[in-house]
Amino acid sequence: MKTLVCVKRVPAPGARINLTPDEKAIDARHLSFTVSPHEECAVEEAIRLKEKHGGTVTVMTLGPADAEEQLRYALSVGADEAVLLATDGADWDPQATAAALTARIKEIEGSGAFDLILFGNESADSGGYQVGIRIAHALGRPVISGIKGLEVDDETVTARRETDSGSEVYRLSLPAVVAVKEGINLPRYPTLPGRLKAKKAEVISGPASASPGGLFMDRLFTPPEQKSVTNILGRGPEAAPAVVDLLEELGLM
Amino acid sequence: MSRVLVFVEDDDGVVTETSLQALTMAATIGKVEAVSVGTSGMGGWQIEHAMLTDYAPAAIGEALAQLVGAEMPAAVMAAGTERGNEVMAHLGALLDLPLAANITRVVQSGEDWKLTRVRWGGSLLEECTLTAAVKLATVALHSVEAAPQGTASPITVFTPELTDAHIMTRVIERVTLTEGITLTTAPVVVSGGRGVGSPEGFGVLEELAGLIGGAVGCSRVVTNSGWRPHSDQVGQTGTRVAPNLYIACGISGAIQHWVGMMASKTVLAINTDAEAPMVTKADYAVIGDLHPILNAIVAEVKSRKGST
Ligand SMILES: Cc1cc2nc3c(=O)[nH]c(=O)nc-3n(C[C@H](O)[C@H](O)[C@H](O)COP(=O)(O)OP(=O)(O)OC[C@H]3O[C@@H](n4cnc5c(N)ncnc54)[C@H](O)[C@@H]3O)c2cc1C
Ligand SMILES: Nc1ncnc2c1ncn2[C@@H]1O[C@H](COP(=O)(O)O)[C@@H](O)[C@H]1O
Repeated sequence: MKTLVCVKRVPAPGARINLTPDEKAIDARHLSFTVSPHEECAVEEAIRLKEKHGGTVTVMTLGPADAEEQLRYALSVGADEAVLLATDGADWDPQATAAALTARIKEIEGSGAFDLILFGNESADSGGYQVGIRIAHALGRPVISGIKGLEVDDETVTARRETDSGSEVYRLSLPAVVAVKEGINLPRYPTLPGRLKAKKAEVISGPASASPGGLFMDRLFTPPEQKSVTNILGRGPEAAPAVVDLLEELGLM
Repeated sequence: MSRVLVFVEDDDGVVTETSLQALTMAATIGKVEAVSVGTSGMGGWQIEHAMLTDYAPAAIGEALAQLVGAEMPAAVMAAGTERGNEVMAHLGALLDLPLAANITRVVQSGEDWKLTRVRWGGSLLEECTLTAAVKLATVALHSVEAAPQGTASPITVFTPELTDAHIMTRVIERVTLTEGITLTTAPVVVSGGRGVGSPEGFGVLEELAGLIGGAVGCSRVVTNSGWRPHSDQVGQTGTRVAPNLYIACGISGAIQHWVGMMASKTVLAINTDAEAPMVTKADYAVIGDLHPILNAIVAEVKSRKGST
């Protein structure tokens, strides 16, 4: 079982987002970086598949050199191989991202195809809902998104998606592409030996080939905050009657 | 005026509210023609094929690509639902066209479209330019109010050519859950964060929710710690809720949580920290340790209910 997982490095803003003066990016000077929770779960799922069926897990990212940090995190929880497609740090549109990742995947697959390629359902920052589907088409493989349960046998992957009223099941023949959602599993934390191993591991790095698509970001802005004055109902348990007055007012009693 | 095809979804033959919103936004930029798989009650293009017996995203994307090839519309739009985004991504991949997901605004600018689209699940917006022979976009949920639609247009059946490969990705089995009050439908959500302290700590949140017909929600720290299932998580990568009252207990108010509950009509924060963003953004707050406060609220609710 050879699995590839694609992850994207993003800043992790806290209670509010500050932008750079040119309004093209989040001011990340005081922020840590991460990947989407969906992608964390994709990495975890790939490692569980390896533990169950044997094989290898490769992680790949297109991003600045610093994105090595996110690849090493994946290595520290059990991925075997890490590939960085280096950019100058600017955000690439989904078509360009998919084209560059596809080109690199094809190179790597010269030595054998991945049985499964996992994506997050959507990237944390740009949320385009499409990079995985574009890559699947470029590779001529079946793809399903929004997956919260996976099972693999010799020839197929069975995938479960949640809906408002329950769930739906899909079955795709391998090799296949699946975009997963947080909740498919509970990701593990790295162990100390895992961290040490990841620190020493090699990250295979090379430039990404750019072929821009037709969607161009002009400027970012934060939605207007509807500022309400907070009505402090009180401190401690003595506030309970005021809270229940509010419940009555809202017709919830 | 340029023609805009809108892929609409339906619930048992009735067009959905979010698809109506997409139709409404599409009407601001062109002459709208609805496209549905089977009947949507809207008329317009009706995709029919013997193999399209259930939802099959790649096949629907392929059918739309063939329809675009035959009709050459100026644009194709859909609602920014799970299915809408998925089908449109297939279409974009098949035609090698850009797709702008989750837009909140569109204006024509020469040959281009100037768009506003959602990032970070709604806590950040982006102004962007879409340059393409056929524009593809999905409409962020609830970014416009659905305008009332006139009488249904006449139906034109479109029969795509599909192969087994197109139809491989389809629903082969469906499990229907009959739940009582769910997170998305509950009038009150009693939600807990790291401040709840433990899985057992949620007992009093459950009790309060039970008393006032609510559901229990939580933050990502809680699901990540294994205290509650992910189905309870509110936020960017969890569930979006819009109850009459959201009670945030021991939740700091990170934007990724906030975007999941900002549509709540009223927010009550219970937190030890009067400076926590959840407190400063809430309509009401109680400052202090959440457990004694919730115990006192439960006791007060019980005594008032008992006395009526
Ligand atoms: C891409 C991405 C997506 C994300 N998606 C989500 C998501 O969907 N949902 C989500 O929730 N988060 C999400 N997060 C995580 C988010 O950034 C925060 O880490 C998380 O919401 C914090 O959870 P919390 O408020 O419970 O914990 P904390 O931030 O640690 O806050 C705990 C709060 O409890 C208060 N407190 C402590 N003890 C008590 C007590 N005894 N009584 C009362 N108050 C007390 C503290 O004052 C504090 O305000 C996402 C992050 C990223 C990067
Ligand atoms: N720069 C990138 N590098 C690697 N994978 C990416 C990148 N951008 C997006 N992806 C993958 O594609 C998924 C969907 O991204 P998007 O289409 O932007 O929502 C993400 O969850 C990632 O798994």
